[in-house]
Amino acid sequence: MGEPAFVHQAVLLSLVLFAIGALGVFLRRNVITVLMCIELMLNGANLAFVAFSRAAGTLDGQVLVFFVMVVAAAEASVGLAIVIALHRHKDTLDVDAFNVMKG
Amino acid sequence: MNPGPTLSALSPAAQELILAAVKVALIIPALQGVFSLMTWIERRVLAFMQFRLGPNRTGPFGLLQPIADGIKLFFKEELMPAAANKWAFLAAPVLAVTTSFLAVAVLPFGPPFKLPQTLWVLDRFWPDWLRGRDFQFQIATIDVGLLFIFAITALGVYGVVLAGWAANNKFSMLGALRSSAQMFSYEIALGLSFVGVIMISGSFQIGDIVAAQAGGFWNWYCIKQFPAFIVYFIAAAAEVARTPFDLPEGETELVAGFHTEYSSMRFALIQMAEYINMITVSVLATNLFLGGWHSGIPGVPSEGLLGFVFWGGKVAFLLFVFIWLRGTLPRFRYDQLMHFGWKTLIPVAAVWIMITATGVTLWGW
Amino acid sequence: MDQALFYAAAALAVVGALVVIGQKNPIYSAFALIVTLCSLSVIFGLLGSPFIAALQVIVYAGAIMVLFLFVLMLLNVKREEDVPGHGGRAMAGVAVVLVALLAGQAGYVLWNTTLAPAPAFDASTRRMSEILFSPHFLYVFEATSILILAALVGAVALAKKDA
Repeated sequence: MGEPAFVHQAVLLSLVLFAIGALGVFLRRNVITVLMCIELMLNGANLAFVAFSRAAGTLDGQVLVFFVMVVAAAEASVGLAIVIALHRHKDTLDVDAFNVMKG
Repeated sequence: MNPGPTLSALSPAAQELILAAVKVALIIPALQGVFSLMTWIERRVLAFMQFRLGPNRTGPFGLLQPIADGIKLFFKEELMPAAANKWAFLAAPVLAVTTSFLAVAVLPFGPPFKLPQTLWVLDRFWPDWLRGRDFQFQIATIDVGLLFIFAITALGVYGVVLAGWAANNKFSMLGALRSSAQMFSYEIALGLSFVGVIMISGSFQIGDIVAAQAGGFWNWYCIKQFPAFIVYFIAAAAEVARTPFDLPEGETELVAGFHTEYSSMRFALIQMAEYINMITVSVLATNLFLGGWHSGIPGVPSEGLLGFVFWGGKVAFLLFVFIWLRGTLPRFRYDQLMHFGWKTLIPVAAVWIMITATGVTLWGW
Repeated sequence: MDQALFYAAAALAVVGALVVIGQKNPIYSAFALIVTLCSLSVIFGLLGSPFIAALQVIVYAGAIMVLFLFVLMLLNVKREEDVPGHGGRAMAGVAVVLVALLAGQAGYVLWNTTLAPAPAFDASTRRMSEILFSPHFLYVFEATSILILAALVGAVALAKKDA
């Protein structure tokens, strides 16, 4: 007995998801795919929050998950609006094309 | 009393599982039967409203028309556009039907009643654990029943989007984008409309909400929450893409919208998903706003099997109203539709929520 | 029974995540992400949070991903090229090594910790709303409303065509 069911495995799963998302942010070149990998990382963090909330027996973690979801929604909408504006400007979605400030 | 074969040794969990499987086996085919009956009813009622007769040749009163349609669709050639995305094309109708039927899992389809103590002649096959047991045609009781339905409705958008995108056809794609924009715009109004109901009844479970409407018909939420009921009905009509919001299906609009490229059984699946959605919102409206299986007249009992009569009557009436609207109203244009959803329906629903909240805290609604 | 469900959902989530970062076509990545989000919702339910599970599907899978799909379809995004980006394969290798290092360290720590026994858990919506509107979180709640309003206005302003 000890920690409730699945908490340990859920935390490890959240780590795996976060790592895969981080890899995607580094390796992918399409802006929208990068945004999707950021969402993946946020979901990994959400899973960790919920798992630890279950382990601690309080609901504070879940309330934080609620807020993370709201912030993620706001970030996704503004991010996609920026992507649309960028696409209108350069007609490409390659991250390497938006290096105007380099050098 | 005969315990029957080894069934009396079942654990409660196994009993629940078997009962759930039985409920699924009863409800799903019943829904499909109602779907085929609805196609006939719709065509006849629309025809009568338009001063003509409708299908009356196949079988008595044309009742075999749905079967004839089924046979025709079964033998039609199944086309797939050459440049279509094969897996997405095949998966889209499946996704649409899956989400339609999934929402059915938390809806109560009638009042709770007691299973009979004895089956007379067949009594020796009636297991002990079923005698006199409380039973209701509701597959799953979840704590957050209404939120589950809202979630599944949100997933229903993907069937449309996937269908339109997979066909690799500009008309389909535009139709899918329009349909899905319509669906998720009115989903917001739909969700807001039942916040007032949840506030007054104090629970997300549909069974509790129906129980809170017992008494007389003045307890029904269509009276106590009349603006919410109107908003719900309009949003539900838009959500299932019925006239006057049936832009995706209008023959003069974008060919056939997102299901242009679908033929034969896949088209039948998409139609089935749409009708099951319509039945789902009608059942939900009955349970949330029209008092479910309660008779509404104090003194007229609605326990047990008598409740089925009232519940079925209310659902049938709502389905008739959907058909009635189709026969009466012209279609909304796309920009009128979006303006109406965002600029009229959502503010009305939000203001009504504020009024309900004030009522619940200050005036004890 | 719960065990099987958890491992199936976890496997589905990981497979979905791998498809998200592996697929060249962003629309396939988006659909894979939807699968991951829905399996995460199942896991939230198994961890005793039905409210968060429903919210995950409603907000993430049902709204945010629809937004992603709309943008992808309207911008008519094609397959990504196979050539590695600026910095070449070496930088990609460095990225993989760094992430593996991070994951390895965190994984080692998490694998070897055991958590204390948990008290009873009541994750009903009523309890959640009591906490959400308590003085502890009320300010944050109102601030997020302003945040959403700002995001709404910002998104419209950025994406509007200058007509």
